[in-house]
Amino acid sequence: MMKKRNLLTFFEKLLLASFLVIIILLMPSFSKASEFELSGKVGFEQRYFLNEGQYDNQLTHTQASLYIEPELYWSWDDGVSSITFKPFYRIDERDEERTHGDIRELSYIYVGDNWEIRAGIRKEFWGVTEFQHLVDVINQTDGIEGFDGEDKLGQQMLNLSLVKNWGIIDIYLLPGFREQTFAGNNGRLRSAYVVDDNNVRYESSAKENHLDFAARWSHSVDVFDMGVYWFHGTNRDPILSLQFTNDIAGTKPSEQVKLQQHYVQMDQLGFDIQATIDDWLWKFEGIYRSTNSNNFWATQAGFEYTYVGILDSNADLGWLVEYAWDSRGEGDAEKAGSAMQNDLFFGARLALNDIQSTEMLMGVGSDLEHNAFSLLVEANRRLGESVKISLDLRLMQSSEPTDILNALKKDDHIQLSLEWYY
Amino acid sequence: MFTNKIIAPKKLSNLIIGTLLSISTFSSVALPLGEKAAQARGLEISQEAKHRDTGWVDGTVDMLMVLRNKQGQESVREIKSKSLELLNDGDKSLTIFNKPRDVKGTAFLSFSHPVGNDDQWLYLPSLKRVKRIASRNKSGPFMGSEFSFEDLSSFEIEKYSYNYLGDEKINGADNFMVEQFPVDENSGYTRRIVWIDQAEYRVQKIDFYDRKNALLKTLSYHGYQQYLSKFWRADKAEMINHQSGKSTTLKWDNYEFKTGLVDGDFNRNTLKRAR
Repeated sequence: MMKKRNLLTFFEKLLLASFLVIIILLMPSFSKASEFELSGKVGFEQRYFLNEGQYDNQLTHTQASLYIEPELYWSWDDGVSSITFKPFYRIDERDEERTHGDIRELSYIYVGDNWEIRAGIRKEFWGVTEFQHLVDVINQTDGIEGFDGEDKLGQQMLNLSLVKNWGIIDIYLLPGFREQTFAGNNGRLRSAYVVDDNNVRYESSAKENHLDFAARWSHSVDVFDMGVYWFHGTNRDPILSLQFTNDIAGTKPSEQVKLQQHYVQMDQLGFDIQATIDDWLWKFEGIYRSTNSNNFWATQAGFEYTYVGILDSNADLGWLVEYAWDSRGEGDAEKAGSAMQNDLFFGARLALNDIQSTEMLMGVGSDLEHNAFSLLVEANRRLGESVKISLDLRLMQSSEPTDILNALKKDDHIQLSLEWYY
Repeated sequence: MFTNKIIAPKKLSNLIIGTLLSISTFSSVALPLGEKAAQARGLEISQEAKHRDTGWVDGTVDMLMVLRNKQGQESVREIKSKSLELLNDGDKSLTIFNKPRDVKGTAFLSFSHPVGNDDQWLYLPSLKRVKRIASRNKSGPFMGSEFSFEDLSSFEIEKYSYNYLGDEKINGADNFMVEQFPVDENSGYTRRIVWIDQAEYRVQKIDFYDRKNALLKTLSYHGYQQYLSKFWRADKAEMINHQSGKSTTLKWDNYEFKTGLVDGDFNRNTLKRAR
């Protein structure tokens, strides 16, 4: 409850501040071309879990939810200045943690000649690979939203971007940190213990107010698109450790142990490159991370090949292969490792290129050091002009007790979603 | 994980295609030409045509696409395009999608080249991701329409070899008929026949022949208007697929030229905030 109240006041403050800023900025500028636009989506989602959960209190089979994500956009001075506001809220039937809100974006952009400044809450994506986003570190993962980790929480930032002949330089000041979101006690797709929202530990004495910094250079030369960056600040991925609650009375045994989040400081050098050659995309991402407890390297590399017009039709079939490696190796009871230390991924994507934009995706991930795999199938198409329907299937299996997939082995599920865009 | 699932246009270049080309004056064709002479004439005509459509510097336009299936059911695409003319290379263009709503905000940046593959980037707003995409595919449909990516790319002399076929009247006006053979082996066509009016050298009609050399589609242009006292652009174009019975209508609106766009308006940063 504590957390939700904080979120709401945070939300309200930002809302108020944003409108004040907008009013002040808009006042003198109605003479030049200005624009306002409202768009967004409303979605309904139904999950069905094939098995009952492994752990106490988990929902049994069905989980429905509703979500809304409007986007308000103002621009003036012929687009030199603009503000984007994109709040998000989801109401979940079963998991109280999944009933949550976020400001995905509330940012101001000022565009100069070959430079721009972006201030506020934003999302920034880095990288080229599909199965793991190793170099993408700016935003915290909204883990409860989606299983694939592609949903992100908005990040407060001040970003100066300079366009030069030799590439684009981005400098980021990142004040404020957001904790990752996790499934609650009733939720599925979690490990045996619930992650505690409270009692979060930070390595930095500034805690969540540590000022993070990042600088990135990116450029396109011929068939190559590449980027290099350095990040200094709080690692978005927490270390989770078992914590026993003092308040034994009145709590069930399963609730007496929780996972405590610990966020450490890191310095990370990241590199990504893609070569686009005919129908092939060759991709590589690499990081070197330095923390107080360890230093390591990790990479994700592979290719994507698209076969255009299969069987004399309009459909395209794409093949993806990627490999993940991490110098820490596999984790065990003694030491923390990486779940993506020696893993192979294979994917296929079928796009019918029809009026309804029908697409089907399939992905398989497998750990080469023990028996673990995950399978994903996604299919989606447009219904009419502004409704999109998606059907997802996710299967997970692992024989390794320390593997996260082992905790999820009973969480195979089908998910149907309907989204209305306006 | 798979991040370009919204749409993945592989090939889409300059969307301002009102007039693809016009042709120099050859007022009388009394005798059939020899093979070499017909080829030379086709090339010469096209060079002059390109020349006549050179100098617009930059331009913006709104485009509405109405897709129709055999039963007459319609679906709408709304697109905005900005282009920069380059004299020593293919044009640069930025294309922004507004409809269908689920792809709103998706934007596409293309640096076209007369010979070889274009450089193309797709921006996916939900992921805030810019993705460089393969551009070799030219024959695939653009957003489910009857236009392929190559139909929408800018006309460049080097893309075809030519053959002059003779003259023909369309709607009472005299037209040249020029046969064009794509140089690129990834083209979806063996050839196209282009009708260009002799009065103002505007493309009036194009017949497309598929890889088996069967008539596939017919494109016709309507409502030509002149801009900056020089450049002719159509208000409307109709593409009919003879094999599937489907059709797509393109309507252009708000043509503007020499708007002051510069090279710096076509990069990853502008792609990410394109509206």
